[in-house]
Amino acid sequence: MTPSLEVSGLAFAYPDGHQALFGVDFSLARGERVALLGPNGAGKTTLVLHLNGILTGGTGTVTVAGLPVGKKHMAEIRRRVGIVFQDPDDQLFMPTVREDVAFGPAAAGLKGPELEERVDRALGRVGMAEFKDRPPHHLSFGQRRRVAVATVLAMEPEILVLDEPSSNLDPASRRELADILRSLDVTVLMVTHDLPYALELCPRSLVLSDGVIAADGATAELLADDTLMRAHRLELPYGFDPRSVPAAPGRS
Amino acid sequence: MGTGHAHKLYRHGHSPVHALPPHTKIAAGLAFVVVVVSTPREAMWAFAVYAGLLALVAHTARVPAGFLLKRLLIEVPFVAFAVLLPFVAEGERIDVLGLSLSVNGLWGAWNVLAKGTLGVAASVLLASTTELRELLLGLQRLRLPPLLVQIASFMVRYGDVITDELRRMRIARESRGFEARGVRHWGVLAKSAGALFIRSYERGERVHLAMVSRGYAGSMPVIDEVTASRAQWSYASLLPGAALAVCLLGWIR
Repeated sequence: MTPSLEVSGLAFAYPDGHQALFGVDFSLARGERVALLGPNGAGKTTLVLHLNGILTGGTGTVTVAGLPVGKKHMAEIRRRVGIVFQDPDDQLFMPTVREDVAFGPAAAGLKGPELEERVDRALGRVGMAEFKDRPPHHLSFGQRRRVAVATVLAMEPEILVLDEPSSNLDPASRRELADILRSLDVTVLMVTHDLPYALELCPRSLVLSDGVIAADGATAELLADDTLMRAHRLELPYGFDPRSVPAAPGRS
Repeated sequence: MGTGHAHKLYRHGHSPVHALPPHTKIAAGLAFVVVVVSTPREAMWAFAVYAGLLALVAHTARVPAGFLLKRLLIEVPFVAFAVLLPFVAEGERIDVLGLSLSVNGLWGAWNVLAKGTLGVAASVLLASTTELRELLLGLQRLRLPPLLVQIASFMVRYGDVITDELRRMRIARESRGFEARGVRHWGVLAKSAGALFIRSYERGERVHLAMVSRGYAGSMPVIDEVTASRAQWSYASLLPGAALAVCLLGWIR
């Protein structure tokens, strides 16, 4: 089966000369949930922006379900790769929740009842159907984050990329979002500092450090490897022992 | 629609005026104002009829007079200018209560006052019966340049976000013992304004990134196509139609 995402030899330097990625290789199988861990400044955001072709011009290739990221298929790539950004206020730019969720599919040419159905389904999957006609700024932060996930789900992506999905969420919203993410049947790449959350949701993790993939393996094993963790400025919260909790179950 | 979409100018309701498609209302409002402005100022009775017409619309829309009058206060700064006219204008003068006033100026003041008030009243009526979001859809439908509509709709969406940011910056300033007193502190306020500008600019870039990620390629996709039937158009044209008849009478007499 073609992997959902394949990144090979990806290197990139910003125009000011700062090199952020030095040859990144990994691949995600369809339906996998993988965490991308790394300290601040490791190049996580740079990597994410390569996945849907916002940043290009370095060396190496990114392939989404067999389709190479490049000028030629940009619209299709952006439909296949759904990025949920960290601040939902950046993601939700339309006057109402409904219009925001409809934005992506409408830009792809969907109209009328078909569009309406797509919006309803996406909002249903994140449990926000009754907030359809609300303006986003009247929702709580956790609700806004869920709507942000819906805006991307409405495009029926091949892969869902989440940038710090648990940031600023209270424990209840955090659990609700975890339940939603677990219920989705898409490939998920979750960029995060939140190691317990990675352990809870993702059977596999990648560690990005200094612009290269420094480790790739089972989340529970990586988090239990003290030397690796310390070498890449990854720290577990006080009192948290990854050996004492059950790891995320794989997909059946 | 409308739950929680509380805006100061809008008054929620289910009248026939509320139900009209937004672009018919905008077109009708604009036509009405054009007709009012082209009425000769000497036809004073015509302006009374116009006011009556607006009152009729307000009644149909179930907008209470108090609500309307309070919002008309926005006109006050402009009225100040009209009040000056009789004192400064040239030409024939008459004495009123011991003051020497220019006849031309009096007519000018009346002209500004009557036409201005009617225009503001029509706009307030439009705003109180049409949601902000619908207004934008209407403007889009009337083929206003899409860029302008997009800018306006982002203003609606991010107005509160930016106000909130401003509030947080003020709290942060005051928490560190700063209080704006007099000219000496304007520098600090100016820096805050600058910081807010940069933050908004950066947010703009992030929003653009999020839009591009969802397939934005320079134009907003049409999500809600607002349409109006012939009956709705003719219903909306009642106001400017009646006004036009009055205006023509004003010119003939």
